[in-house]
Amino acid sequence: MKIGIFAFQGAFAEHARAFAELGVQTTEIRRREHFHQSFDGVVLPGGESTVQGKLMREENLLEPLRRAVQEGLPAFGTCAGLILLAKKISNDGNAYLGTMDITVKRNAYGRQIGSFRSELEVKEIGNFPAVFIRAPYIESAGKDVKILAEYGGKAVAARQAHMLVTAFHPELTDDLRIHAYFTELARGRI
Amino acid sequence: MAAKNDRYELNKNLAQMLKGGVIMDVTTPEQAKIAEEAGACAVMALERIPADIRAAGGVSRMSDPKMIKGIQQAVSIPVMAKCRIGHIAEAQILQAIEIDYIDESEVLSPADDVYHIDKTQFAVPFVCGARDLGEALRRIAEGASMIRTKGEPGTGDVVQAVRHMRMMSAQIRKIVSMRGDELYEEAKNLRVPVELVEYVHENEKLPVVNFAAGGVATPADAALMMQLGAEGVFVGSGIFKSGNPAKRARAIVQAVTNYENPEILAELSEDLGEAMVGINEQEIALLMAERGK
Repeated sequence: MKIGIFAFQGAFAEHARAFAELGVQTTEIRRREHFHQSFDGVVLPGGESTVQGKLMREENLLEPLRRAVQEGLPAFGTCAGLILLAKKISNDGNAYLGTMDITVKRNAYGRQIGSFRSELEVKEIGNFPAVFIRAPYIESAGKDVKILAEYGGKAVAARQAHMLVTAFHPELTDDLRIHAYFTELARGRI
Repeated sequence: MAAKNDRYELNKNLAQMLKGGVIMDVTTPEQAKIAEEAGACAVMALERIPADIRAAGGVSRMSDPKMIKGIQQAVSIPVMAKCRIGHIAEAQILQAIEIDYIDESEVLSPADDVYHIDKTQFAVPFVCGARDLGEALRRIAEGASMIRTKGEPGTGDVVQAVRHMRMMSAQIRKIVSMRGDELYEEAKNLRVPVELVEYVHENEKLPVVNFAAGGVATPADAALMMQLGAEGVFVGSGIFKSGNPAKRARAIVQAVTNYENPEILAELSEDLGEAMVGINEQEIALLMAERGK
């Protein structure tokens, strides 16, 4: 079992710590050549989606990653990672991997002063401490997408087959249940 | 109080999202767009970059809020701005325009030569400069949710940023190696609460994210600071005082991601045009890092 974590920019170390606590091995992906290994799943961490998407493109990783995810590579995106996986970004001309059938709004809660924390009911997980940092939300989703959590009527966690996304940051809390859930997903058990 | 603690955690969390990134000084919406397109993870909006502040002399103050708002509208990444050390009202104004991070900065003329701002009274986050561990922990005790080295802004000379980063790391290693009962005396020496010293003792790092700032002018400078333990870099005058700002900015962004890979750093360092000329530490009359201890 090995999870690759994209480490271009952002909170990738926090994901590595969470998986380490679960006893799951992780490797950082910074270059094209780091992606050749056969991963059981990949993580797209929080950070700035503009920076990560740009570095991924310059590294010629967008295409190989898109193909791999389309072919079934499990992927877990938090915040910026959710934006990278989205088919459409409503308030931004960019689109990156576009593998998940969701339309998202960037910085949907405004600037840092709008960042917040809330206890959310997450389907298949339970009550979860959700940390939103200049977060996006999901405006609309295709029929294959299962909404796992909502906040104020907007979807903030979802799953489509082997793709899992959260607008919030489970890696910033001590609660490992969502990382454990993705590990099970990557093992093909759920 | 729970709400206030939550706020502080959220503000530290934003700094975590900036890690591995480059925060660039910009003076116009056009520069802000160049910075965003080059891969900046945030921009610092200011009227004059430090090299020009240094050249112009006189009292240097918070930027015009209208100019900052113009930059907020131009980009989608976080926007930071500087207030003078101890200038509570400037910080309140920056909070009123919903700035993403306030830099209580020695680059501007200090407004208070004794007290820093009580940053716990604000909802928006603060980053503060520090030359050593004591200074860093004092700023954190006052409510800073991110720390940067002070470096020597506007010089293009990285020597002070290196000195501050090495000093902080050495002091952290010293505290890690101490016995538990020695931490009280160390807290007194550093003039900081013992809880913060205990945090460093247990976690081998600052309780907040720590960036390098001051004098970073090349991809190699950025990589050097990352290898010395910085979690990201601020680049001020180094970009828009150079021959080809967009290209240099892109190269520095790549260098921060690939700081441990000399082959890539070699490619990134090629053909960047003229670096900012810079001045050596010994040649400057005003050491900004000496402001606000």
